[in-house]
Amino acid sequence: MSGGAAGDPGLYDYLPYKGRPRITWPGGAQIAVWIAPNIEFYEYEPPKNPVRTPWARPLPDVLAYSHRDYGNRVGFRRMLEAMDQAGFRGSVSLNVAMCDHHPEIVTLCADRGWEFFSHGVYNTRYAYGMSPEQEREIIRDSAETIQKWTGQKLDGWLAPALSNNTWTMDLLAEEGLLYTCDLFHDDQPTPIRTKSGRFVSVPYSLEMNDTIVYNTNSYDPRHYGTIIKRQFDQLYREGATSGTVMCIPLHPYLVGQPHRIEPFAEAIRYIAGHDKVWKATGREIAQHFLANSYDDFAAAAAQAG
Amino acid sequence: MPLPDDHLRYPHRGHHMDHALYGWSDLLDRPKVAWPNGARVALWAAPLLQWFPIDSAGKPFRAPGALTMPFPDYRHYTNRDYGNRVGIFRLLDAMSELGIRGSVATNAAVAERYPGLVKEVVGRGHEILAHGLDMDHIHYGGMPEDEEAELVRRSLDILRTASGQPVTGWLSPGRSQSHATLGLLAEHGVAYACDWANDDMPFAMTTPQGRVWAMPFAQETDDRTVMLDFKHTEDSWLQQVRDRFDVLYREAATGGGRVVSVPLHAWVAGVPYRIGVVREALSYMMGHEGVWAATGAEILAAFQSSEAQSSEAQASQALGSEARNG
Repeated sequence: MSGGAAGDPGLYDYLPYKGRPRITWPGGAQIAVWIAPNIEFYEYEPPKNPVRTPWARPLPDVLAYSHRDYGNRVGFRRMLEAMDQAGFRGSVSLNVAMCDHHPEIVTLCADRGWEFFSHGVYNTRYAYGMSPEQEREIIRDSAETIQKWTGQKLDGWLAPALSNNTWTMDLLAEEGLLYTCDLFHDDQPTPIRTKSGRFVSVPYSLEMNDTIVYNTNSYDPRHYGTIIKRQFDQLYREGATSGTVMCIPLHPYLVGQPHRIEPFAEAIRYIAGHDKVWKATGREIAQHFLANSYDDFAAAAAQAG
Repeated sequence: MPLPDDHLRYPHRGHHMDHALYGWSDLLDRPKVAWPNGARVALWAAPLLQWFPIDSAGKPFRAPGALTMPFPDYRHYTNRDYGNRVGIFRLLDAMSELGIRGSVATNAAVAERYPGLVKEVVGRGHEILAHGLDMDHIHYGGMPEDEEAELVRRSLDILRTASGQPVTGWLSPGRSQSHATLGLLAEHGVAYACDWANDDMPFAMTTPQGRVWAMPFAQETDDRTVMLDFKHTEDSWLQQVRDRFDVLYREAATGGGRVVSVPLHAWVAGVPYRIGVVREALSYMMGHEGVWAATGAEILAAFQSSEAQSSEAQASQALGSEARNG
């Protein structure tokens, strides 16, 4: 089914996993593994959004607010240590207001050469109901804030709390970003159709995401370690045929809890113990795909679709 | 219709929190805490005694564990009351056997209804930790402040009279607060509150009426949360609580003293098939060198004295370097 038919969001053409152009990662790696910590600020008293209420309880929802705040006071450093030990850089999914509230945390990431992409201004400000002009403003705010605090160009986007509009991808491409993390249809990058040209979906993950694992699926911490390793083993094997992508999205308020940090730390040490792993950032994956595979994938998809 | 303009205005966006209750600090950068006798970990066992009225209104929301069936919800009313009749005695016995004193979070309604139970708890050397009036009296944003003031006053009054203790700790039903709660607690002589889940160590919160210390009260290894919300088995709970202890115990070797809190709902942890893992968890912790089992008030006092000593040390160090420079 071609993108754009009734009921289809029109983001990409169908391209089956089997028979695709081959992806080759740098150094002959079989898999690109990237870790995406969501460094977030949730507001104590956010404004109301017409379609989604940030906090379940009447404000102040001190339990939910403080649960998130744990990440910035305690959990972040545990996660950082685990990643340092396994030799992983992060690609930070950043609520850019974190630069203003807690520049100390942003600096610790920047000093390690981590990438910063935008996850909106606050995690309690959704794009739902925004006009395209309003949404463009938060994209520009993000680009300017990240540039100012880290010197980096904004290349990636994960919509705040994954809140999208039908024009979001067009705006991101127009503003010069390279990739989105909001789409979950594949284990390899995908060319995304926008009005203004080349734009890539880099596989992020719901399944490997600690919020889904802990807040939605209610798995126990050791099981999280198990599924990370199982996901890796399968994608590593498949990567011998054509390079795959594995993302581990994190939230320091969850993975950084004392009873959860060790299984995660052990799982990424396990990954780092394999030879043909490219420990990449989201930007590096997008750039490599754009330079080497984008056109082949787009042509194959146009044909298949 | 676009969103109103306030969605793109950020009045609190700056180098501070977005409220005035406390400033940010990173746990790992704070002065190291020294516990009495060089202990690494303060073990804070905290059974909970809760009463869910049969005519619960569930306003403005139901507390976790609240009745859910059409009136009269005998099944849940009685299942929760089981903790006050039976389960608590298993927890108290396990603690006594292991030489653990802790804090028992008690709804004031439990003290009124079952005064003998409070005497039993106090007689064993535990601290009574105020847990509001009952599980259907939620403190929430938007409640009239005089109503809340009366609720705080009455709950503390009942518990102080029943226990003969100063009762300086507080845990709100459902860990829910209004904007006024912390200030009202300070005004009524509460030194520490356990509702906020943002730290592994105590920290000071500021209100117009004075300071209240936030005490760490494990949220995601709490027995009810793990076994009833997440639906993990008691074996999994045991493993998580041990894993949590191991990390905090390890951190304490280099990072200073840590608190390991173990909330235990009498109606959850006190069930016959679960009491075995509760005993196992507590005895695992007590089997380590340098574990100090204490009440919340004792832990706070030790924390405050450690903080005072490290700020004195800092001050004298600064003075020393000034003298050298001069």
